[in-house]
Amino acid sequence: MNASPDPGPALLEVRGLSKSFGALQALQEVDFTLRAGEIHALLGENGAGKSTLVKVVTGVFDRDTGIVRLDGTEVVARSARAALDAGIATVYQEVNLLPNLSVAQNLYLGRQPTRFGLVRDAEMRRRATALLAEFDLHIDVAAPLGSYSVAVQHITAIARAVDLSARVLILDEPTASLDRHEVEILFAVVRKLAARGIGVLFVTHFLDQVYEICDRITVLRNGRLMGERTTAELPRIELIRMMLGRELAETTSARAAERARPVRQVCARFEGYGKAGYLSPFDLVLHHGEVVGLAGLLGSGRTETARLVFGAERADSGRALVEGQPVRLQSPRDAVAHGFGYCPEERKIDGIIAELTVRENIVLALQAKRGLARPLSRSEQDEIAARFIKLLDIRPPEPERPIGLLSGGNQQKALLARWLATAPRLLVLDEPTRGIDVGAHAEIIRLIRALCDDGLALLVISSELDEIVTYSDRVIVLRDRAHVDQLQGDAIDVSNILAAIAAGSVVGAETVQP
Amino acid sequence: MTFSLQRRGLAQIIALLVILAVDRIVSPQFFDLRLQDGRLFGSLIDVLNRGAPVALLSLGMVLVIATRGIDLSVGAVMAISGAIAASLADSHGVPLAIAVALGAGLLCGLWNGFLVAVLGIQPIVATLILMVAGRGIAQLITEGRIVTFTAPDFVWLGNGAVLGVPVPVVIVLGMLVITGAVVRGSALGLLIEATGGNARASELAGIGTRAMILAVYVWCGLCAALAGVIAAADIMGADANNAGLWLELDAILAVVIGGTSLFGGRFSLVLAMVGALIIQAMNTGILLSGYPPEFNLVVKAAVVLIVLLLQSPRLASAGAALWRARS
Repeated sequence: MNASPDPGPALLEVRGLSKSFGALQALQEVDFTLRAGEIHALLGENGAGKSTLVKVVTGVFDRDTGIVRLDGTEVVARSARAALDAGIATVYQEVNLLPNLSVAQNLYLGRQPTRFGLVRDAEMRRRATALLAEFDLHIDVAAPLGSYSVAVQHITAIARAVDLSARVLILDEPTASLDRHEVEILFAVVRKLAARGIGVLFVTHFLDQVYEICDRITVLRNGRLMGERTTAELPRIELIRMMLGRELAETTSARAAERARPVRQVCARFEGYGKAGYLSPFDLVLHHGEVVGLAGLLGSGRTETARLVFGAERADSGRALVEGQPVRLQSPRDAVAHGFGYCPEERKIDGIIAELTVRENIVLALQAKRGLARPLSRSEQDEIAARFIKLLDIRPPEPERPIGLLSGGNQQKALLARWLATAPRLLVLDEPTRGIDVGAHAEIIRLIRALCDDGLALLVISSELDEIVTYSDRVIVLRDRAHVDQLQGDAIDVSNILAAIAAGSVVGAETVQP
Repeated sequence: MTFSLQRRGLAQIIALLVILAVDRIVSPQFFDLRLQDGRLFGSLIDVLNRGAPVALLSLGMVLVIATRGIDLSVGAVMAISGAIAASLADSHGVPLAIAVALGAGLLCGLWNGFLVAVLGIQPIVATLILMVAGRGIAQLITEGRIVTFTAPDFVWLGNGAVLGVPVPVVIVLGMLVITGAVVRGSALGLLIEATGGNARASELAGIGTRAMILAVYVWCGLCAALAGVIAAADIMGADANNAGLWLELDAILAVVIGGTSLFGGRFSLVLAMVGALIIQAMNTGILLSGYPPEFNLVVKAAVVLIVLLLQSPRLASAGAALWRARS
């Protein structure tokens, strides 16, 4: 499949790699080649085997069969430490450094320059400053790492990894929590490293970024190699076909026709709802069968709106009405009793209970709603779990598997199932497609539409404006912890939303709240 | 399937059988049983009978630990309930004495639960308060003396028998069935495991985690009070200084040996009982062997280490790798 005119010598070679977890074949006879000085994208859907490949190469997992060679010599890494010593460094999405220590301390942790057994702080700071200057990063290295942006933290992690004489740098979803400008800074660093002859493996699900920075692309699907191409020779539609094996029909096409819906019944209404120091009071009306999108930058008050609506934070002003009746939303328990559901942004921290099975995770909210005295029998639980595993195509379709072992997209589907099982009237989805690959992404968007057609009211938060434009009947724009604008009908498009985020008023400014 | 023993219980069962086999070696009459005055006697019965207080404590403790908590005060609660029951038994009648003792246990549990669930104090600190204060309260009740009683109904709780089985054992079995029925018969078991596994996510799933945490501490207090009553009945008196001393550690140990993680989540009532039996089978075996009781502590530590190693997933995978390398 390799059609590229070879630019550099092979640096990291993987041949015939297989890995299975029990009955699940995670990787099957996968070949992969990373050349010196190239930026190489590793793409695939959830469960395609990207993480497994990275973890085998970096020594987190043992391999069943196959060879990993670095510069022609076989590498047998039994731990992440051994891989690092061999010259393979990895930077994960969640930076695993120590935010309370200074940048310099983080860079030289465990190998501080010493004299007579004492750490030479000044020397360490000097070296750290010089090291970061190579990456055009001029910051005070004595300040705690946590006081800097995520991008700076990422670059610090990369600088640390590369300074440990790395030949191969693996970046696992490094841009997921970065904004546009931060991504630019990171990419500049990555390009500089590639120019120095380091092979960079870039795992991501942002296709735009792949086309922006990567030289070559390797695609995995269901644990098998689908092919390796040069980016320039691979049109996007072809790439998506390689990843999905099916056309990704009209995921991003607008649905202007559907927007001309009749006015529907009010599901929930919030009047002057807010909490001092948390979110300015807002008015919000949610109709049955309507998707309301919340758009805004990180920290603009989107998640805060969701938590107030769901009772996870207590409002100190305004009132809430459900089906016209005033209600008190003092806790998630109250909200669930009124037929609300909430899929939080931080799936692993706020969503799944990793140790429990898929079945138990799915029935949890319904059981909590029914109360202690009315337990769901095991056969009822089995039936509910089986129904939603089939409906949402949760894979692997094993209700008794601990949910922590599922991929992110499937965990998200199981969380959706948890709420759908309660037959809710309002569902709040906070970044439902974050960290999820194209395939599951499209499925979740299809689901959002289907749910809305069934009469559910949906309040959806997303950073991806294309996505919001696709499914929203109304878009509320937030800025600085306040609802500042509302877009409806044909006014909903990406440029209008961007303008509203920037200026705070475009059209429909009558909904602005103080 | 209330009390299903899963494969994960294998290590505990094997450990118990091995210890019983060793007991049989050091004391050839270990498995002998005889019926005398309508009550079974024998070393095996001794293990069950002597193990009853720790078994009761573990029954409450396992639920607390499953919510990612811990209750250090159960030994002190035993002392309080024993002191109350012993002080009231002869003057106010046995039923009232026991009712007040159990009520005190409920109150103690409520206090712990309030500190943990409502005020959000870390369980280890919150229950340390009552661990220290409780023994003082018990001493105040007994006015520093060992309070004895003679009420035959009370003595029966410690030394009587039902169909040949000692009453403490019957009480433990009864409490196990009740706790199992409440926990697994309702949704409580699932909700406790969810809360222990991820309290934030459970709260967001609409579970009333506070009320549940409060409830498990109350239940733990009740179990401890019952254990205190049995311990008092056994010696026909209440010794506020020594009743239940350090038993909270045995109870925690029994739960951990039973495979419930101190990080909360999955728990097993039955395996916690097996854990309590393992501890008592060791105690009894060492007493029977004629070695000085000081050995007890060292041997106990060694056995606990072995049981925990048997459960260690990391050791299991290392062992499997070694096995593969050999073959």
